[in-house]
Amino acid sequence: MTTKVEIQNLTKIFGKKERQALELVKEGQSKDGILKKTGATVGVNKASFKVEQGEIFVIMGLSGSGKSTLVRMLNRLIEPTEGNILIDGDDIAKMNKDELRKVRREKVSMVFQNFGLFPHRTILENTEYGLEVQGVDKAERQEKAEKALDNAGLLPYKDQRPNQLSGGMQQRVGLARALANDPEILLMDEAFSALDPLIRRDMQDELLEMQDTMHKTIIFITHDLNESLRIGDRIAIMKDGEVVQVGTGEEILTNPANEYVERFVEDVDRSKVLTAENIMVRPETIRLRQSGPRVALQRMKAADHSNMLVVDKDNILKGYVTDADVLDAVKQDKKDLVDVVRTDIPRVTKETLINELYTLIHNSQTPVAVVDENDKLLGIVVRGLVLGALVKEEREEELINE
Amino acid sequence: MNSTMLDQIPRLPVSEWMANIISWLTQNLSWFFGAIRDGGSWTMDALTDLLLWVHPIVFILLLVGLSFFASQKKFGLPVFTLLGLLYIYNQGLWEPLMYTITLVLIASLLSIIIGVPVGIWMAKSASANWIITPILDFMQTMPAFVYLIPAVAFFGIGMVPGVFSAVIFALPPTVRFTNLGIRQVDDEMIEAAESFGSTGSQRLFKVELPLAKATIMAGINQTVLLALSMVVIASMIGAPGLGERVINALQRAQVGPGFVAGFALVVLAIILDRTMQGFNKDKSN
Repeated sequence: MTTKVEIQNLTKIFGKKERQALELVKEGQSKDGILKKTGATVGVNKASFKVEQGEIFVIMGLSGSGKSTLVRMLNRLIEPTEGNILIDGDDIAKMNKDELRKVRREKVSMVFQNFGLFPHRTILENTEYGLEVQGVDKAERQEKAEKALDNAGLLPYKDQRPNQLSGGMQQRVGLARALANDPEILLMDEAFSALDPLIRRDMQDELLEMQDTMHKTIIFITHDLNESLRIGDRIAIMKDGEVVQVGTGEEILTNPANEYVERFVEDVDRSKVLTAENIMVRPETIRLRQSGPRVALQRMKAADHSNMLVVDKDNILKGYVTDADVLDAVKQDKKDLVDVVRTDIPRVTKETLINELYTLIHNSQTPVAVVDENDKLLGIVVRGLVLGALVKEEREEELINE
Repeated sequence: MNSTMLDQIPRLPVSEWMANIISWLTQNLSWFFGAIRDGGSWTMDALTDLLLWVHPIVFILLLVGLSFFASQKKFGLPVFTLLGLLYIYNQGLWEPLMYTITLVLIASLLSIIIGVPVGIWMAKSASANWIITPILDFMQTMPAFVYLIPAVAFFGIGMVPGVFSAVIFALPPTVRFTNLGIRQVDDEMIEAAESFGSTGSQRLFKVELPLAKATIMAGINQTVLLALSMVVIASMIGAPGLGERVINALQRAQVGPGFVAGFALVVLAIILDRTMQGFNKDKSN
């Protein structure tokens, strides 16, 4: 892996007594102390980290933690007070206007919280914007913009105005616009925060899917731990302008660097106490020795399921059968199901957290089986239930936030 | 005691200063003012001749058509335009109307040509904003009649000094609204434009001006109406047109002719205002 973006001691001070405040920052004084002494606000305090080529690097923090200021310094929408920003080894902070403009045009694109679409331009004209300012001729830039819109499934809307589209669609345009000039780095500032929970989840999925093929270096700002855990290869947590921890989601959850991170993580976990037990339902099952292929086929038809779980007489989970396999067994005139039982079904305990279920179920063809320590089947969790529970949880979270 | 102390301060010769400045300008820049006067009156005469050359019926129909589109194909404004212009023709005020339209057109055009760039400059530069704002305040609060005096000194009497004083009087709204419109553009729009590597002029022409357009147009609307009102006042220094009829009536205390010309000015003002507003609404939707 190569380092794509590296920031070193990046500091931003807002206010008049910049020099004096900077000295205090160097002495290691706190944000509050500096505010009291100088009246200057420390936006970002000696932040340092490296972002690897092709990873999704999430910067997470509550509002006022300096994350938006930090990301804006990466393309110098906000001028850093001090520190270095290295992109491919070149220091953005030291560039003159022309060099900076070249980087903005060719290397770094940005996606905004409220989409940042130009209301006076059509969707296509919005998507073209980055190429237009580079002086790409009309035919070529239209072709590229249309391709970017097509990838986002938005080509039919190209002649509409942004305000005619829903929020989710507008942000897809924002993303398509950012990708139209094929940047190497994508800065996403709370890009999905203004969207409804379900749409947000879809957009996260789309981003991950897109990333599988495009391998951009993405720096993603969010205040939502769930979102960070979901899309981030690595996460940086910010507090009061400082980067307090950088690591994978796993590392941060298991080994919080300090009390602040711990509390942050706990806070979010409290809303995740929903477990498999809470949402599992009674499954339709087939007794292995009792029922043959014809019964199984009949019951699957009746229940309109394409697969069904198989248990023994003590309700111990043996696996599952699919309708195609059972049909074959019927054709071959077999008397029982032993030969066609598949065992690759995900098993979880009833204590499993719902967020873990989500990933499991997302990658699984079958429902997830909830079993006890003896493999006794307790219930199943199907996709719709997990989604439903997640949405409900997000709603509650939002209500609490309001 | 205070008053005696104050009385001991000699009167500042502000009046002399202003007179000296104006007379210095008149003497030393007479070639410049002369050129403007000659070029200006030639242009305005030509424009008035052109307007008078068009047959009144054709002219009325053109304006009715224009107002029809401006009002999104509703009938109120076009009917008003038709009846209003027929009234003016009927009262024998067609030729003065054309002079007034010429004056308003030229004064508004000059105000826009000067005002929009100045407004942009103020929006971009804090120091320009700091210096120009009080000048605009001065221009707007100084009684309009005062401008007539240097206008006469520079350009004599006629259309050109009328336009000169109208431009000074009508300029501020365009400048202010342009400044305001650009400053009001959402930060995220600016950030989006910047993040894609726009140059200053790309940002201005592709993002800021289009987004500020509705506000700028509102300022231009104000400017046109102010120009119209100043054109009437400028009749005191010999600008021809409907205002001349009003002034004549005033000097002879003739109520009838005064109101006849006054109604004509009201008609013109309403047509101008509603038509421009209509187009502005149309564009901003």
